[in-house]
Amino acid sequence: MSLPLSTDTPNTWCPGCSNFCILAAFRQVLEKLVAEESLALHNVVIASGIGCHGKITDYLALNSFTALHGRLVPVMSGIKCANPALTVIGFSGDGDAYSEGLEHLLHAARRNSDITLFVHNNEVFALTAGQATAASPKGFKNKASPGGSPEAPINAPCTMLGAGASFVARSYASDIALTATIMARAIRHRGFSFVEILQPCITFSDTRRERAEKIYRLDQSALCDVLSSAIERAEGADGRVPLGIFYDIEKPTFEDDLGLVTQASPQLKSRPRPRRAEARR
Amino acid sequence: MRYLPSLLFTHRLYDTICEMQKDEHELCTVGIGGIAGDGIIETGHTLGSMLTALGYQVSASFTYPSLIRGGHNFARISFAAEKVWSDHEELDILIALNQETITLHRRELRPGGLIIVEQDEATDEQVIAIAYTEALAQAQAPRIARSSLTLGALCRLLNLPLEALYTALQKSLKKTESAANTGLARIGYTQIQSKKFHCPAPPLSPHGAKEFVNGNTAFARGLIAAGLEYYLSYPMTPTTSLLHYLARQKEEHKLTVIQPESELAVINMALGVAYAGKRVAIGSASGGFALMQEAFSLAGMAELPLVVAVSQRQAPATGVPTYSSQTDLRFCIHAGHGEFPRIVVAPGDPAEAYLAGINALNDAWKYQVPVIVLLDKILSEHAMTSELLPAQAAHELGSVAEHPDSHYGRYAMTHNSISPMAFPGTLDTAVKVNSYEHDEKGFTVEDLPSVSAMLGKRQRKGALMRKDLTSRGGIKVSGDLKSNTALLFWGSTKGPVQEAGRDLLRPVKFVQVLGMEPFDTEGVSKALDGVKTIINIEANENGQLAGLVRERTGIRASDMILKSDSRPFEAGALASQINSVLTKPL
Repeated sequence: MSLPLSTDTPNTWCPGCSNFCILAAFRQVLEKLVAEESLALHNVVIASGIGCHGKITDYLALNSFTALHGRLVPVMSGIKCANPALTVIGFSGDGDAYSEGLEHLLHAARRNSDITLFVHNNEVFALTAGQATAASPKGFKNKASPGGSPEAPINAPCTMLGAGASFVARSYASDIALTATIMARAIRHRGFSFVEILQPCITFSDTRRERAEKIYRLDQSALCDVLSSAIERAEGADGRVPLGIFYDIEKPTFEDDLGLVTQASPQLKSRPRPRRAEARR
Repeated sequence: MRYLPSLLFTHRLYDTICEMQKDEHELCTVGIGGIAGDGIIETGHTLGSMLTALGYQVSASFTYPSLIRGGHNFARISFAAEKVWSDHEELDILIALNQETITLHRRELRPGGLIIVEQDEATDEQVIAIAYTEALAQAQAPRIARSSLTLGALCRLLNLPLEALYTALQKSLKKTESAANTGLARIGYTQIQSKKFHCPAPPLSPHGAKEFVNGNTAFARGLIAAGLEYYLSYPMTPTTSLLHYLARQKEEHKLTVIQPESELAVINMALGVAYAGKRVAIGSASGGFALMQEAFSLAGMAELPLVVAVSQRQAPATGVPTYSSQTDLRFCIHAGHGEFPRIVVAPGDPAEAYLAGINALNDAWKYQVPVIVLLDKILSEHAMTSELLPAQAAHELGSVAEHPDSHYGRYAMTHNSISPMAFPGTLDTAVKVNSYEHDEKGFTVEDLPSVSAMLGKRQRKGALMRKDLTSRGGIKVSGDLKSNTALLFWGSTKGPVQEAGRDLLRPVKFVQVLGMEPFDTEGVSKALDGVKTIINIEANENGQLAGLVRERTGIRASDMILKSDSRPFEAGALASQINSVLTKPL
């Protein structure tokens, strides 16, 4: 570890919170991408929403925009449009991305903004002490719905695939290696990259045991450029939860279509070109 | 209203007017009506541009319902050699593209006025019948071009050069369309044989580069003159034409124009653009701005430079979408939760809207605050002969960090509480902005000393803005400066007030407030000091400006002329209302 990424802000995540794993994975990715010169730190902008995840901007000595609850995605699109040479990476939560700000997520995916979003999905509003989000399981008991949440949860990767995201993946926070691999792929991907990172909330929704039984890793040797099979994979089999990259295609970005990419710095150009999407079968 | 004898056909009316008028000038008003889809608004703009090019002063209103096809659209164009502040109700000529126009507007025609209409033959002496269908076939023109035929006829009636109409048509139409339209104009011109109508003479020496322009276009031109790079907007009347105009300027002025998914996306995206160092403005009607409140507050907290055009329409809620009001002054000066410095200016005519566009962008960057330019439907869409002075253009960068490094603090304390800006992409520099309260480097804080320090910094910045902006002048005072009667007004109400001012029984002082926040307390107090009768005139129910003036200066308006029915003030009716205040026993 050599990059000067640390800050003086005391970390106030709960001891044992898997946000530490996500932070560790991201730092690894930055080290790697900077070491191989595909990224320069001063061209990285991180953004966050409001929730436990949102504190991450205080814990990294990087350009950052701590946005409003649910509104970081349009902020990120704006930053990228204003300066396409920047690499814009967002951290959001399930409340932040799926409850309050869902519309922005759909439209960013649809227009293929060249930004990367990591959603810390702990299936609960933790910072407000444990209410149900759009990702909480039906029947989830909490102070706001003591009889259990009456709403079914969203399957965000499927939603993102339907909306037109060009890179969709899911990871599990405590699997730092997998998260780092997917994060690196997502950042390199040209276009809208969506990564849901499942995590327990050890205080309000400790899902560690049941989650361990349900998650499985996808066979990544198969092609990821056919939408119908990507949706099928993201839905998971037998109520189990798949991890891995569901979809990865190349298509023109929002900034391409606005005619803004001519301003791109060498930084962006030195990124490895994504492989061409194979013919759909 | 105040026509010279040559324009008048009845002596009775002339006598009445001579009694009322103190400074008559020659004025002519043309109404053009048809259904939506007839190109009524475009025709009004063509006529206004043509008259302006000929040296006239023009003021025009455009009325249309919220629908795409059908309904009744109406353009009303008043012109004279001298400044016309507001178009007049009484018509000299009515151009009817359908019968409904005659039903609705014949009563507005003055005695001796004329109607141009599609008919085989004239049914009475006021009617000038034109065979539209034959002319269309002859010129091989589509139905929408009928208005050009009538404009040709109008030129003949008013003895205006047909070439001026050709030029105006060529400017406003695509090349493929202009041939058929100029052909029709010529046919219209030649169809008028006998009847001639008096036209006011243009000024002998028209001066300056005047143009026929609405408030939205003038404001957009101001933004461009101050170096606008990005414009974002979600369509909503009456700011849609601002979006359309700027989208057309993309190539020439290297603008990026984006229409995001919602007003929430618009303002949040714009804050991202500003953070990355680009000059950005957004626009919406007040209803759309209502959706933006939380992020407007973020602009204040994060000290991001942002210009917001807010155009008022009739409200509450969706209201009467294509009509006007001045009901959102209080809403805008208090916009966003929390207390933070912001600028709110309310121009009253296109020339002021142009200057407001320039100042708004420069001030946003100078003080790193959100700036609202408060417009309304009338200012946004009605048009007036105006002079937008290129000399006023200015592109001020604001305070930019010279050599930022790893010690850089986006919110660094400085002598004037304005922190030099750096932008992401700067070597060794982390630029951190935050919706939470933050320290000098942008890290989240909750401890009392840090919270107080940053609150104090923003307050001091607000105080500095107050000092700077009020010394620039937030009001305009004109008329009889020694009068003990003042008319107090703001926004587009300026037009009818100034126009009514010609017909008043005694000289008055005109006090127009432009700077709503910071408010020019000293200037307004001085202007109203010792004035016995203060007549407050605005298009709302509660007298929002009068309330603001009383709050900030302690001065109370003695009389109120309020209109909250969504329709514009008519200068003639307004003059009568003011006169009745002037003549009431004390």
